Amino acid sequence: MTNLTTQYLGLTLKNPIVASASPLTKKLESAIKLDEAGVGAIVMYSLFEEQIIHDSLELDHYLTRGTDSFAEALTYFPDMNNFTMGPKKYLDHLSAIKKAVSVPVIGSLNGVSKGGWTRYARYMQESGADAIELNLYYLSTDPDLGSAELEETYINLVSDVRSSISIPLAVKLSPFATSLPNLVKRFAGAGANGLVLFNRFYQPDFDLDNLEVVNNLSLSNSGDMRLPLRWISILYGKVDMDLALSSGVHTATDVIKAMMAGAKVAMMASELLKNGYARVADILSTLQSWMEDHEYHSIEQMQGSMSQKSIKEPAAFERANYMEELASFHDLP
Amino acid sequence: MAKRSLITIDGNEAAASVAYRVSEVIAIYPITPSSTMGELSDEWASKGKPNIWGTTPHVIEMESEGGAAGAVHGALQTGALTTTFTASQGLLLMIPNMYKIAGELTSAVFHIAARSLAAQGLSIYGDHQDVMAARQTGFAMLSSGSVQEAHDMALIAHAATLRARLPFLHFFDGFRTSHEIAKIEQLTDDDLRSMIDMSLVMEHRARGLSPDHPFIRGTAQNPDVYFQGRETVNKYYELVPEIVQAEMDKFAKLTGRQYHLFDYVGHPEAERIAIILGSGGEALEAAVEDLVERGEKVGVVRVRLYRPFDNELFVKSLPKSVKKIAVLDRTKEPGSAGEPLYLDIVNALFETGRTEINVIGGRYGLSSKEFTPAMAKAVLDELKKPEPKKHFTVGIIDDVTFTSLDVDSSYSVEYPETVRCVFIGLGADGTVGANKNSIKIIGEETENYAQGFFYYDSKKAGTLTASHLRFGPRPIKAPYLISPNTANFVACHQFSFLERYDIVKYAQPGGIFLLNSIFGPNEVWDNLPVEVQRAIIEKKLKFYNINAYEVAELTGMGSRVNTIMQTCFFAISGVLPRDLAIAEIKKSIQKTYGKRGEAVVQKNFEAVDQTLAYLKEIKVPEKASGELTMRPRVPDAAPEFVKRTLAPIIALEGEEVPVSAMPADGTFPSGTTQWEKRNIALEIPVWEPDLCIQCGKCVFVCPHAVIRHKVYDKAALENAPATFKHMDSKFKEFPGMAYTIQVAPEDCTGCTLCVEACPAKDKTQVGRKAINMAPQPALRETEAANWDYFYKLPEADRTSFSFGTVKNSQLLQPLFEFSGACAGCGETPYIKLVSQLFGDRAIIANATGCTSIYGGNLPTTPWAVNKEGRGPAWSNSLFEDNAEFGLGMRLTLDKQTEYAHFLLKELSGELGTLAEDLVKSDQSNETEIKQQRDRVEALKKTLEGKKDPKSKDLLSLADLLVKKSVWIMGGDGWAYDIGYGGLDHVLAAGRNVNVLVLDTEVYSNTGGQASKSTPRAAVAKFAMSGKGISKKDLGLIAMSYGYVYVARIAMGSSDQQTLKAIIEAEAYNGPSLIIAYSHCIAHGIDMAKGLEQQKLAVQAGHWPLYRYNPDLVALGQNPLSLDSKAPSIPLEQYVYNETRYRMLVQSDEARAEMLLKEAQGDVKRHWEYYSQMAAMHYDKPAEGENI
Repeated sequence: MTNLTTQYLGLTLKNPIVASASPLTKKLESAIKLDEAGVGAIVMYSLFEEQIIHDSLELDHYLTRGTDSFAEALTYFPDMNNFTMGPKKYLDHLSAIKKAVSVPVIGSLNGVSKGGWTRYARYMQESGADAIELNLYYLSTDPDLGSAELEETYINLVSDVRSSISIPLAVKLSPFATSLPNLVKRFAGAGANGLVLFNRFYQPDFDLDNLEVVNNLSLSNSGDMRLPLRWISILYGKVDMDLALSSGVHTATDVIKAMMAGAKVAMMASELLKNGYARVADILSTLQSWMEDHEYHSIEQMQGSMSQKSIKEPAAFERANYMEELASFHDLP
Repeated sequence: MAKRSLITIDGNEAAASVAYRVSEVIAIYPITPSSTMGELSDEWASKGKPNIWGTTPHVIEMESEGGAAGAVHGALQTGALTTTFTASQGLLLMIPNMYKIAGELTSAVFHIAARSLAAQGLSIYGDHQDVMAARQTGFAMLSSGSVQEAHDMALIAHAATLRARLPFLHFFDGFRTSHEIAKIEQLTDDDLRSMIDMSLVMEHRARGLSPDHPFIRGTAQNPDVYFQGRETVNKYYELVPEIVQAEMDKFAKLTGRQYHLFDYVGHPEAERIAIILGSGGEALEAAVEDLVERGEKVGVVRVRLYRPFDNELFVKSLPKSVKKIAVLDRTKEPGSAGEPLYLDIVNALFETGRTEINVIGGRYGLSSKEFTPAMAKAVLDELKKPEPKKHFTVGIIDDVTFTSLDVDSSYSVEYPETVRCVFIGLGADGTVGANKNSIKIIGEETENYAQGFFYYDSKKAGTLTASHLRFGPRPIKAPYLISPNTANFVACHQFSFLERYDIVKYAQPGGIFLLNSIFGPNEVWDNLPVEVQRAIIEKKLKFYNINAYEVAELTGMGSRVNTIMQTCFFAISGVLPRDLAIAEIKKSIQKTYGKRGEAVVQKNFEAVDQTLAYLKEIKVPEKASGELTMRPRVPDAAPEFVKRTLAPIIALEGEEVPVSAMPADGTFPSGTTQWEKRNIALEIPVWEPDLCIQCGKCVFVCPHAVIRHKVYDKAALENAPATFKHMDSKFKEFPGMAYTIQVAPEDCTGCTLCVEACPAKDKTQVGRKAINMAPQPALRETEAANWDYFYKLPEADRTSFSFGTVKNSQLLQPLFEFSGACAGCGETPYIKLVSQLFGDRAIIANATGCTSIYGGNLPTTPWAVNKEGRGPAWSNSLFEDNAEFGLGMRLTLDKQTEYAHFLLKELSGELGTLAEDLVKSDQSNETEIKQQRDRVEALKKTLEGKKDPKSKDLLSLADLLVKKSVWIMGGDGWAYDIGYGGLDHVLAAGRNVNVLVLDTEVYSNTGGQASKSTPRAAVAKFAMSGKGISKKDLGLIAMSYGYVYVARIAMGSSDQQTLKAIIEAEAYNGPSLIIAYSHCIAHGIDMAKGLEQQKLAVQAGHWPLYRYNPDLVALGQNPLSLDSKAPSIPLEQYVYNETRYRMLVQSDEARAEMLLKEAQGDVKRHWEYYSQMAAMHYDKPAEGENI
């Protein structure tokens, strides 16, 4: 019998498929379905501090606008009993999911202020999260902001959050770092226990009919996995952190590749959003069959087996462009 | 017994808090200034607040006050403790039921925020005309004169009605007591229980209808016994005074506050006294106390129980020494022997044999006109005269019938230890809200008595607000504004007001003046108008300046300078130690904004913390200097009437307008907004001709008619100002001509709808459009000159092009311009369009509401006149009867046109073919209308000077021969609710009227109460938990007649369909109903995105566009065309852009989700229904078949 268990962030997961941060956890029923479908852990959708601030300010703006200006209409809206503003809704939801599912639940956080990052991380811990995933994403558009300065901010942030919580901490990154291994190493030094590669972003597109910029999120495909696969392979064994592969995991083959690159878990969302919860069982079953067919007895056995340090040609991961690919082709006998 | 707390609330809340707690059923309908009582009741009920018996009253919004009274009557007849709140026209609508309720000896209390009645003009402000119009109904009437009294008398009324078995009308002064915030002692539930006798409650219940002990009530009675039946009630009325006094005595034992039916204050041997009802009594008392101290033998009787009027008790309340009495009535009864209270007093003295007392009567305080101690003194002084004016007015200058008394305005009885503060702010800056908080802080955190009262001008954008705050160690009896030269502290929160209004006038010598300006401490003085500099120097004011805009910007407060200026006030005034004051401000911020989220609280905290570093005292020079002066009230070119009558009102000095300057019949000239030049936009649109495609969309959507386009002869450019922009016309109808889009910089509100609508983008830089916003101040002078030049360019000849395209329609002169509507209003573009298409021959019936306020609230009107002197003739009747009002207009036109035709026939011998041509012209297009106008001119020339009666008669009717267009306009509150019965009848009547419903899906003008148009899942007042039922389909109901033209339009979705529908509706020779989606500030949206929201509403299927044209049936075509596509986006994509929907998600997500699902179901069902209707096959009717 093959053993699918894996260790991620100090947590023992029954298998390496983790539901990544996505709208799938916005409803309790969906989270329960994920659990029932057999995922090894659930990452909550992200709590965005910026969204919380925006929602508060927006509500305040519209409730206030026009008031006390015109004698007949001193207000335009009733004075509601209460609003669920701030992180409470998220935290309550996290607690409810934690209570309802059997697998570990990881809170996901995207902050904007130092106070926000640490406070909300602590709140998540208090609400029962088994671990926290920091969704670090800041798109620098300021020519005067150097990469070192930005990285320093990230490191300090991880360090601050680390000191405010006792549960495991993972960092989810964008692929756009000048020297990813160095940055990752410093995250480890700041106290991060895990690294999730990579974040998927809303990317702007152009609407040519209206000459407007439109934002939307396109679901991933297996091809998108190449980038994290490479970096996980490179980082495996070089940093003392658990690695998670996110982006482009759709099939059992993808999971196997992730594991072989060195990931402890493979995170999925697009596939489940597109084809439903039942895919988890399908993938697990295929995974198991593949392992049996190829005589792997455990997931751990294959983890990192094709990482940079484990393969014959470490340079394969360093080839950066098309020309070198061609060159290597011509070198073939 | 629970300890009573001291709370700082307004009169509406004071009355409602008692009424709510002792009621089981509350039926309401919004009307200013009483709406708050209903809103609070609804809010409390929604939150499950119990009455004194531990259950939550049922609160229901009805379709009108008539409906509310009916529901109250029904609830009472079945034994519930029932109350309602209303005012003004609302009370008038309740009168029929009030007779019934009183005639049936029913215990009930109606709480009234007493308000003026619409006569020569409507007024939302306070006086006693409404309650005096109900004094004959048989209700007992109890009057309150202060916030505390409104609280106390509410309870006394509820207690007394049960014992007396007569209904009570408890009233207090609207827009004085109703809106005055004061520190009062709150009655506890135990107090209420002590006053409400449970055995009487049970008796009331037992008198209710029940099939378990059936009887009938409400019979028809005949001449034999009706009279006797009417007299049966006398004994109940006889007992009321005694019962009320007993309840007052019981109340006094409970609270220590003793009231009497008639309360006398003054010299024990007074010779001159005044009699008064309501809050004016406070001012009179203050004056009397002062005059008595000065040795004058004067006094005042404050009447509490006005009906039943007890002659004996009244006379007993008078000192025996009284020789002369002045009776003050806050009402007007034209043609009467005297006003009601005066007549009652005369009668009481006569019946009790005190005929030696000389009585005079006067009117005061109509429409919240100030009634000050100085006026009170003028009244008492009048009594000193050997021959005082028998009937007088006080508080105005009556230079026509010379009724008014002279008032020494320097007389003041303000206590020296009372601090008086005036804050002038911009509506949007939050000044009033902050001052409401300040007065609560002072009232509740210090030993001081405190009073706050707030004034608002009549515009909806760029509003000026004035907050009048008093506080001090002695009770404040000052139900009037702070007078000029008496304020210790004056603050101007909006720098630009200094050039328009005299604000420093309020400051007393040696007082403090605080200014918010964009200038630093070294620059501010030189930027003050010299008039302001002089006043500061002459009054020796301490002058402080702060750039609160900078602090607001820094701390994310945007345009809200409220907490910043509030912090300055506390820091300078020293009413509380600074640290304590800041702590209290923060506490109130937490309380006010806490539930909106931490970020809101934090930014306010930040603003408070940053403020003091920016606050500077300015060294005042010894002499005024500089060239800046205050602006003239109106431009020199304004007509005489505007200068004499409207200009003072524009300058907020309307008090100085004498009777002779006011039109006697409420008639005002059109087109007067052009003289205001309000300069409220921070940014205005700037046209870029190089990108412009001349589509006219910017002009089409402009709510304020401030952006216009014209084609004109290039020769006109010779004298154009240097900065005047132009390009070649691209109109196929006008080749070789010049074209300009021009903005009126001083009238623009900066709403940006034009920019949003502009489709032309720069190909090299798509962020630049053919219209872009730019700061107004730098453009003001040049663009004002350009506008003047543009305005004088000739308008396009209406006969020379078709109106059927958006761009062409916008060549027509708007005859609705520069209204005071909200910036970016969703209603006014439709109105403006109607004015362009048909304004030169339109008569407009306008329901009360937003449309009538921005259409006809003094000082000015946007309804304008073209160069031929023609324009829309506009009138407002009431809220409820607008459709009927418009129908009446149609009837006149039809009748008089018919008569003119008759006369033409009679005179055809003399007039020849002209008579025939005049009759047969169908005037179906502008050319024919022009030809008809020419014929009418010819007819007039022929008839002028003729002496025969028929010719003279025809001459007076000649203009009727040009086809007129009747437009009946109003909001959804009118069309769906209060006016629906009439609207239905008018549509059914088949006459040629055009009804335009500006549908905001909520009562916008009175502050966002739900109407039957409010959609499912939207939150509104009276639908706090999200409306649970679907929106009424007014269009579908109208279609059911088969002969009503019906269209649903949304210009943000299809401007062309909007235009087409309006043109078709007018062309249809029968009733037309157009329902126009009007985005609104009450939706909680970014008003700049209003058009986008309209588009989404259509795409989501919430607002399918259609036209139902009965004329098509005769052609064998389906009359219904669906002009929009099947719903293509989920409803949530539209609704969750709006606070009215989103706030439900934020407060009750599960319910929001449920209602959204149901609302999505509504969309589906409606679309299926409409598409089936639109797909139906219609055969051409057979000849003679009735359609």
